[in-house]
Amino acid sequence: MTEPEPLNTHHNMSSNKHKAADHQPLNDSEYEYFEYNDGIVRLFSIATVIWGLVGMFVGLFIAFELVNQNLNLGYSFLTFGRLRPLHTNAVIFAFVGNAIFAGSYYSTQRLCKARLYSDLLSKLHFWGWQLIIIGAAITLPLGITTSKEYAELEWPLDLAIAAVWVIYAINFFGTLVKRRERHMYVAIWFYIASIITVAVLHIVNSLALPVSWWKSYSAFAGVQDALVQWWYGHNAVAFFLTTPFLGLMYYYIPKAAQRPVYSYRLSIIHFWSLVFLYIWAGPHHLLYTALPEWAQTLGMVFSIMLLAPSWGGMINGLLTLRGVWDKVRTDPILKFFVGAITFYGMSTFEGPMMSIRSVNALSHYTNWTIGHVHSGALGWNGFLTFGMLYWLFPRLWNTKLYSEKMASAHFWLGIVGIGMYAISMWIAGVSEGLMWREFDADGRLVYSVWTDMLPTLMPMYVVRAVGGTLYFIGVCLFAYNLYKTAQSGQAVNVKTKALAMKPELIHEGDHWHRKFEGRPLQFTVWTTIAVLMGGLFEIVPSLAIESNVPTIASVKPYSPLELEGRDIYVAEGCYTCHSQMIRPFRSETARYGEYSKPGEFIYDRPFQFGSRRIGPDLHRVGGKYPDMWHYNHMLDPQSTSQGSIMPAYAWLFEHELDLSLTQAKLKTFQKFNAPYSDEQVLSAVKDAQNQAQDIAKGLLAQGAKQNIHDKKIVALIAYLQRLGTDIKGEKKDK
Amino acid sequence: MEILFTLIPIALTLGFLSVLAFIWATKTGQYDDLDTPQLRVLRDDATESKQDS
Repeated sequence: MTEPEPLNTHHNMSSNKHKAADHQPLNDSEYEYFEYNDGIVRLFSIATVIWGLVGMFVGLFIAFELVNQNLNLGYSFLTFGRLRPLHTNAVIFAFVGNAIFAGSYYSTQRLCKARLYSDLLSKLHFWGWQLIIIGAAITLPLGITTSKEYAELEWPLDLAIAAVWVIYAINFFGTLVKRRERHMYVAIWFYIASIITVAVLHIVNSLALPVSWWKSYSAFAGVQDALVQWWYGHNAVAFFLTTPFLGLMYYYIPKAAQRPVYSYRLSIIHFWSLVFLYIWAGPHHLLYTALPEWAQTLGMVFSIMLLAPSWGGMINGLLTLRGVWDKVRTDPILKFFVGAITFYGMSTFEGPMMSIRSVNALSHYTNWTIGHVHSGALGWNGFLTFGMLYWLFPRLWNTKLYSEKMASAHFWLGIVGIGMYAISMWIAGVSEGLMWREFDADGRLVYSVWTDMLPTLMPMYVVRAVGGTLYFIGVCLFAYNLYKTAQSGQAVNVKTKALAMKPELIHEGDHWHRKFEGRPLQFTVWTTIAVLMGGLFEIVPSLAIESNVPTIASVKPYSPLELEGRDIYVAEGCYTCHSQMIRPFRSETARYGEYSKPGEFIYDRPFQFGSRRIGPDLHRVGGKYPDMWHYNHMLDPQSTSQGSIMPAYAWLFEHELDLSLTQAKLKTFQKFNAPYSDEQVLSAVKDAQNQAQDIAKGLLAQGAKQNIHDKKIVALIAYLQRLGTDIKGEKKDK
Repeated sequence: MEILFTLIPIALTLGFLSVLAFIWATKTGQYDDLDTPQLRVLRDDATESKQDS
């Protein structure tokens, strides 16, 4: 290592130029002239605004559905269960995703002093991603879903995501290779980590065997599937919603404030520690479940440690504004940035706290989690995106922001909206958690009737929906403001010049420089190898190992009809309101029955643990009520559960039960070593029809108005009645 | 829980890659100068000309 050269930073901000000037005076011919690809940044920016409006509107709509369950107007594709995945996918991958692409493409070009690697790849990236989003907007409301949270898209779309992500990676790393600025600014490191990790996570979590074009079964079952899912789910928050946005923060906040980052050293330290710690924290989503305790503890410990690097980023972001706090009073862009960092700090404090086992015992499955993710999503991701686009639009269209006042109004609407959202959900969450576990003096559950808790929660649902409305109005102002801004200006592409990155300009004696000259390329190769290794690690054990899950002799695979019913349960998104995981607490076993065991889920592809109990847990619902109860309940939930906020599922009584894939489904399970015999596969359809006839006859005898033997509902009832019955000792005769 | 024997190697691989990347960054002099990069970002590009797209 050589001594760092003394640099007069006030006069020479570029070390390259400084060193070049030492050797010889610069003449114009030493510069390379090039134009930035700002067209692609404009496209991604516009897409961010449009999908933001769509995704948040869907979120608002489903928030109102919890206030009035009839808001779906009887349509299957407008229910909470089907729209909630659309909402999460739209805001995460469409709104935030497009913001990441816009922000990273703009800043990377400037930080590297180079045009994006390929115009063609940029276009493929943009249109490919928008097509995937449209595919999601069509398939999810139709009930085409894998039900794995934030990864609900079926396998053809998953493949498309992988392809487009690789295009992004090539385009990004290609730009790094042809960069003219040797030093890679900290923002670039955050982008690198995000691109690599998201690729690995997406591929592993999406591994599945297709049954048909729009149906597949997860390569993992039960508890294993849950672990993979939340390893993915947590890291999607980490490497899609956090690290790329920290990269954006490190570029756009200094630019907007015209102040250097508070501490460049701190940014590097917290980057590396964040990257090392985040990947281990996933199991905190599965505390008190059937996951081994040591894995739970590992996840909890790493989650708590994450507080340090997270707050390192927050402190660094906030202190960047030292000396310009007066500007924050007047500049709406800085207001949004300060808001974003503050919410980042709050949710990265709340997250580790909620990962503590005893806190999680109270908070898990409640609205508290919903409040937590929204203070992160609306505050951190939303506000940073708003600030960034308010800064970018005038530059991309060479004009001034249409209205600063309107942007300020947007900020205050947003702040009040998030406040109402988060506070109402905290209150609702803690109330729920306490009501679930409250016993009276005689040791009985005080709230044994689920709907008795609703009057406490309903006002909070109303406050949340109003808060969401305010936030959404702000976003409408934002869209209008940016539209008028773009309209008043003209799209420009910035032409600029920079010195080429020449090896000979590097100070002598440091042989590492030359040796590692082309390293970004090698780095990309390493990444690809890592991703492939990830895939191999994944596939080999799945194929080689028969089954090491602790089995329970009485746990048998689902009957063909139950399997069809389970797929309907998945398609309708029942898991968005009902969990299937009874934790080993007295309050849970008293309410639901025996706690859940890992061996019970070995035929569950995908797992259906759920993450939220808007309604009660269903793992032991099998045999709890007669078939007739389910028949009435699905037709009119309020007839069996007074005051329920579940919508009616009338279409399940109208739509024909489709058994055309049943054999193929059983065959797929055979490939997973599920003990279906070849005879069972051959007679699958007949067996399903027989079981359906039996249930339908029984229902008619009990006074059902309709013979449902060929309707979807019969399969769903068969599945619900099977749930959790395998280890009850005696199986109830139906 | 054989899935852990899959997930842990993947996490370790990613961690190992980060170590390599960190060593590379340090040895290639990425972190030799921790004062100018934060200032360089602030400087706007020398705009030669602006064109309609």
